[in-house]
Amino acid sequence: MAKPKVATTSLAGCFGCHMSILDIDERILKLVELIEFNKSPIDDIKVFTERCAIGLIEGGCANEENVRVLQDFRRNCDILISVGECAICGGIPAMRNMIPLKECLDEAYLNGPTVYNPSGKIPDDKEIPLLLNKVYPAHEVVKIDYHLQGCPPPADTIWEALVALLTDKPVALPYELIKYD
Amino acid sequence: MSEKITFTIDGVEVQADPGQTILQAAEAAGIYIPRLCAHKDLTPHGSCRVCTVFVNGRPQSACTQPVAPGITVENDTEKINAIRKDIIEMLFVEGNHFCMFCEKSGNCELQALGYRFGMLAPKYPYMFPKREVDASHPDIFIDRNRCILCGRCVRASRMLDGKGVFEFVGRGPEKRVQVNAEARLADTDASVTDKAVQVCPVGALLPKRVGYKVPVGQRLYDHEPIGSDIEKK
Repeated sequence: MAKPKVATTSLAGCFGCHMSILDIDERILKLVELIEFNKSPIDDIKVFTERCAIGLIEGGCANEENVRVLQDFRRNCDILISVGECAICGGIPAMRNMIPLKECLDEAYLNGPTVYNPSGKIPDDKEIPLLLNKVYPAHEVVKIDYHLQGCPPPADTIWEALVALLTDKPVALPYELIKYD
Repeated sequence: MSEKITFTIDGVEVQADPGQTILQAAEAAGIYIPRLCAHKDLTPHGSCRVCTVFVNGRPQSACTQPVAPGITVENDTEKINAIRKDIIEMLFVEGNHFCMFCEKSGNCELQALGYRFGMLAPKYPYMFPKREVDASHPDIFIDRNRCILCGRCVRASRMLDGKGVFEFVGRGPEKRVQVNAEARLADTDASVTDKAVQVCPVGALLPKRVGYKVPVGQRLYDHEPIGSDIEKK
């Protein structure tokens, strides 16, 4: 039987959750027996080549590209999991949500005390994805099936959840593996 | 003392003294009723509704409702816990609760109730309100992003510290904790030894320069759910 496919992505995140995936240590050898990675920064596959059983989402949606990638994951994955605080509540990037977007950009490119920007322009190249008015948690953009809490979620949390899903068991995480920090 | 009052919580017979609230009687009997605004040293407030129980089928806040002979109290049921979880989720989306860098994380009662009720992600959209921070005082700061309007500081300052440093102002979504001065906490007679600072269930009112003192793994709710101490009695 072909191995189930798993895809991962980091949207508006810091890659810390991906580090935590790698932090499963030698169990990664077992993971390779259980699954095959598809679109993911781990193997650098850029586009989906097959339908995936599980998609792991790190980070919330801060710009239009994040939204497109997330929608692409929803279309191509059977089960979509929010991994970490940024995907679940917006996290650190969402700290800008209390400040109007224009004020954020002005501070970053015009008014900040260390800014050197003789052109006085805010970058607007069409290659740069447009920022959204706010940073949105993944589940406010597409349907998300599971949430793994933590900043980042401990490697054990990710491991337990993945193994349970791949072996058709309910995800029953013990008290100590569900933490919001 | 007069005679004991007998009633039941989830079918278990409980003895209470007259004048006790359902929450107090339950706690003495080793039954945990979740709560946020209630505190053992303060008069009940009945505002957070997390301690809601069904008394003879009607929802009541256990922290304000006195015991009465023969009442039937439902506490740890699927239906009631679902209501409580909803309240906790609403509190999470209503403020800006960034657990990942909060000094109170691990010792926070709101977070601990999220854990106890198994909240993975709130079902309501986040509101990201704009809230004010007051760091003017040399030893205490107020971060209203984390305030859940439980009123513990308001009551403690008035009742226990005899100061009246804090008060609620505004209504509905505008409601917030304000200080007894023109604008700043520094201009009040608040002190870091005040009970008002110690009773905050979240990280809204914190002493300065002690953050992250207890390492992860040794904090209050790292290993056992909130209420375990009461249930072990």
